[in-house]
Amino acid sequence: MPEQESQTEYSIDDAVDITDVVCPTTFVKAKVALEELDDGQILSIRMNDGEPVQNVPRSIKEEGHKILKLLDNRDGTYNLIVRKIEE
Amino acid sequence: MATVDYKTLKNGGFMRQIQKNRFSLRLKVVGGNLTAEQLTTIAEIAKKYGDGHIHLTSRQGVEIPFIPLDNVDAVKNELLEGGVLTGVCGPRVRTVTACQGCTVCPSGCIDTYPLAVAISERYFGRELPHKFKFGITGCQNNCLKAEENDLGIKGGYLISWREEACTLCGVCVKACRENAIEINGNSLIFHEEKCNHCGRCVKSCPTDAWQGTSGYLLSFGGTFGNLIAKGNQILPIIHDDAVLFRVADAALAFFSEYAKPSERFRIAVDRAGWDQFKKTMEQAYAGTGISNRIFN
Repeated sequence: MPEQESQTEYSIDDAVDITDVVCPTTFVKAKVALEELDDGQILSIRMNDGEPVQNVPRSIKEEGHKILKLLDNRDGTYNLIVRKIEE
Repeated sequence: MATVDYKTLKNGGFMRQIQKNRFSLRLKVVGGNLTAEQLTTIAEIAKKYGDGHIHLTSRQGVEIPFIPLDNVDAVKNELLEGGVLTGVCGPRVRTVTACQGCTVCPSGCIDTYPLAVAISERYFGRELPHKFKFGITGCQNNCLKAEENDLGIKGGYLISWREEACTLCGVCVKACRENAIEINGNSLIFHEEKCNHCGRCVKSCPTDAWQGTSGYLLSFGGTFGNLIAKGNQILPIIHDDAVLFRVADAALAFFSEYAKPSERFRIAVDRAGWDQFKKTMEQAYAGTGISNRIFN
């Protein structure tokens, strides 16, 4: 398996927790947090299992940002690591 | 006044109301789309000949109620001038319904509207033992409720995985609701038998390692009126419009051949037997059916 460097090495610039909101606010909260960042910076988004982890990554992709990793926190939540891509 | 031929009126989309000599006029709508100009025409007719209101039916139809019998011809002509056609009722292929599909909806796996137009052009109004409904939905979210239709079409993806593009990020494992994808250490395992062709892995994959070829998942024999039964999916995903039409042709031919008059498709297939129906559909799918040898 050839691994891409950008997917394995990153440093997180900011974090947002969207486990306290439900769809569609989950994506809105993540989107607002991404807007605070500069191009290329990395956001960690903590989200619940179920619908958020099924849907939020796709919405982030459709906004044009780069998803690097989905980490299982083993507590019913996941951290989605996203690199902000300015349009 | 000439004798009222209610049957002809009904076949032409004029539905008799409980009020004497008043008809609710069913209009032709394909795939749930109307232009703004068509809507303007409909509004004008409703104000001029109806009572000023319009009814939206359960299957994306539009009806103008309270048309007086004497105005039937005038209404038809004025609608035609405004680019609006009348619908149908009775034992024939009805309105072809569709969701917005992949040209509008991010979840869509197929382009539903051109398919609805093609199906409507080929089958709309065709006489059969009983009504026959086509419905097209773009994805597994099933907003258009494919399985309620005599023949339902659902968009899906036949998926494949490109190892060289995959970063094992883990997004697809959670996007998949069928638990068909597993990441074990540094390897990804795809359980193909669990895949329902929803395409969520393709849509969510950050590196496009998951690729999808769009196609149609067909369901047969759905009905949701007096009898409630879910359509059955009995064929593999279809990628080719020619195959889709071959199968649909064969389904309608089966209906005509096996149904008693005024019997719904579902009842006819139940009576003839699903094994036989499945065999006929599989032959049409493969291009080996009798009708294909005659017509193709």
